[in-house]
Amino acid sequence: MRTKTLFSIFIVFFLVLFFFFYKGLQNPNIYTPSVEIKKDIPNFEAKLFNTNELIFSEKVFKSDKFYLINIWSSWCVPCRDEHSFLLRLRENVDIIGLNYKDKIVNAKKFLNEFNSPYRLILSDPDGTIAIEWGAYGVPETFLIYNKKILKKYIGPLNENSLLEIKRMIK
Amino acid sequence: MKYLNFLIIIIIVFNSNFLNAQEQKLKNEITKNLRCLVCQGQSVYDSDTEFANSLKILVERKLDEGLSEKQIYDFFKEKYGEWILYDPQFNKSTYFLWLLPVLMFLLGGAIIFKLFIKKKN
Repeated sequence: MRTKTLFSIFIVFFLVLFFFFYKGLQNPNIYTPSVEIKKDIPNFEAKLFNTNELIFSEKVFKSDKFYLINIWSSWCVPCRDEHSFLLRLRENVDIIGLNYKDKIVNAKKFLNEFNSPYRLILSDPDGTIAIEWGAYGVPETFLIYNKKILKKYIGPLNENSLLEIKRMIK
Repeated sequence: MKYLNFLIIIIIVFNSNFLNAQEQKLKNEITKNLRCLVCQGQSVYDSDTEFANSLKILVERKLDEGLSEKQIYDFFKEKYGEWILYDPQFNKSTYFLWLLPVLMFLLGGAIIFKLFIKKKN
């Protein structure tokens, strides 16, 4: 009798275990970053792309104002795709560019060719500022209001994200 | 006096080497415990992606700033979530993971014990 009870407990235990692991298998096992984050923007200092002058992040972002920070690079192909969307957003919101691990000559050539949507460009030659932002590649775009990150767009912007940004900053 | 100066210089050089080696060791240890988010399944230490290389620089910088190992883990956890740590901490979503082996051990032990006692009797 006792062996039987023990055996049933054993079976139930493994069934529960199977259920948990089966559920677990359905979860994505790759990193899926959350896009809706109400986090404060990081404090950092960066060099200005044009003048090489050091600037603190507090001086770049003011309260009660919407900003887009766009991490881009001249060597990044998807950045070319999203460029037209950034140009279309230029009138609606201040866009800050973060030039990621790029050669200045190439970056300038890129901007001359495609036009600059940025009000200000910061340099990130070793990619550490992008990490302060919690980014993990290019392109990535953050919508900021009141020094808080409202939303993060991973990968190139598209028509949908453009409409969403316009709706959010109204 | 000349010898004394020479000795002091040698001591300083050797000590700084020792400190550098210690810091390098700690840096390696930390980067081995961080997951590269671009080529997942590799640690930051093993990976050579742009992301991992930047992370290595940042770890070094944070160590220079005097942050402890735990503070550095917390910093990255805040940015990227628990996922970036290879050594998950004990909390609500990981208690099953940590307690399961103990539970299995106890259950297995109980069964063996039962069988053993039964046989003996």
